[in-house]
Amino acid sequence: MSAPNSNDSGDYTTRFGSLADYDKGGVEIIDDDPKNYVFSNIFEVCSNAAPYERIAVGKNFEYVVEAARAEGTSGWFACAHDEFVLSLDGEVEVHLLKPDSPQVEADSQGAHALAEAPDGRKMGRLVLNRGHLGMLPAGSAYRFDAAAPCALLFQTVEGPVTLQKWAEICQT
Amino acid sequence: MDDMSLPASTATAILPPDNRTGYQAFQAGDFSFRRDEYFARISWPGGNHIAPIDAFLRALMRDVAWGFFYGVVNFDDVFGTINHYGQVTMFAGRFNEAYRDAGRDFEQRFEADALMALFKAMIGDWTNAGYDPFAAPMETGAPWGPKRGENGAAVERTRVAARRMTGLPGDAAIRTDANGYPVNRMFADVPQDEPRVEVEPGFEGEVGAFNLFAYLSRSDVTWNPSVCSAVGDSLFCPTSEEFTLPVDHGNDRCEWFIVLSDEVIWDVKDKETGKPRAKVIMKAGDVSCMPADIRHKGYADKRAMLLVWENGSPKIPELIARGEAPVVSVQF
Repeated sequence: MSAPNSNDSGDYTTRFGSLADYDKGGVEIIDDDPKNYVFSNIFEVCSNAAPYERIAVGKNFEYVVEAARAEGTSGWFACAHDEFVLSLDGEVEVHLLKPDSPQVEADSQGAHALAEAPDGRKMGRLVLNRGHLGMLPAGSAYRFDAAAPCALLFQTVEGPVTLQKWAEICQT
Repeated sequence: MDDMSLPASTATAILPPDNRTGYQAFQAGDFSFRRDEYFARISWPGGNHIAPIDAFLRALMRDVAWGFFYGVVNFDDVFGTINHYGQVTMFAGRFNEAYRDAGRDFEQRFEADALMALFKAMIGDWTNAGYDPFAAPMETGAPWGPKRGENGAAVERTRVAARRMTGLPGDAAIRTDANGYPVNRMFADVPQDEPRVEVEPGFEGEVGAFNLFAYLSRSDVTWNPSVCSAVGDSLFCPTSEEFTLPVDHGNDRCEWFIVLSDEVIWDVKDKETGKPRAKVIMKAGDVSCMPADIRHKGYADKRAMLLVWENGSPKIPELIARGEAPVVSVQF
């Protein structure tokens, strides 16, 4: 265990990660299989991903946590249920729209990529910076804008845009 | 082996204070509890156990606050509880290989409400004024000595659980200086800016965001996850961590950890025997899953932000009871 990041006066430095600067830990095995711990690092996953690829880094039954690199303007997504997005290291804009007609089945799960921007009413806009958690409300459509790359984390359900690359991203 | 078809006990009692120390004693079935200046002392037919009172109170506090949590809460290598979701088994030596092999383990099952009421009375009576079992050791007073007042405000905190997302109108409140949550000394450098939220008329309550890192920087407790956002039964339960997780949590389901800042180290042992299996070192951005057949204890020297991701689905206890819950979340 490393010493706390503190100087003599007791000031502490909080270590966040970023795409440009992260340390990765790992599993030190005593008597087990490292694959059981499904260990990955979000910044590493996002560094190796195409913009707005939504790569599962956690899965618990139907639920997933997805990592994505925000960079430039995304396509539009729609989802029947609430989702949440956390910016881990930079600024991203979230544009929210209430479609005039449902873009996905009411009982569908996970985010769906839309072929084009739907017609609808503007709901609002979020500007998220490091550590900001935003809601992507049920029944909305949304897209992202990021002037500089940053890492996003989604709380959602496994759906058609969820990519599973466990063997590529996890410690084995 | 406990016969789950038999009724659970509700036999609990609060006994008079000790004339010398001033602390009450407690009885739950055949388990008895008393504390003195330094220790909690637990006895049961054929055995007894002694635990430093600081460690015992920190563990008891979490068991109370978490409602017996998911699965097994090992206070230490000998004593703890198993949550059956409505009933709770209290045990001594149940998850200790030596006790098991020697046939010295003991357990009794209780109605959860009855045992919870006793545990709340115990943490209330055994916690002295100035001591907060939720706080990091450097941020609170000492638990030692004879009875010296109480600290109801510390031990009666309720777990925060947002229904949809913290900060939305009518949901769990964000933390501020004004509502009693100053920034913790180890997170003084965490930016407190709030996201820009522009809401069109008619969509109030549907468009929202908040600074989760600022929220965590203001947590007044350690190792106590609070629900900040929910997608169905998928719960984001972030928490701030300093010193050690006061229990060895024995999972009954897979549990995911995402470290958001600094470093958390986990010692992972076999759930049944306690034999070491792995050490998981997690830094900011790291994601890992605890299998359902282990127990884990966490360590953090610099206060760290940890996102605990839970699946609170009511179908899981049924799968666990039938032995059908997966041990590992992802096969690859």
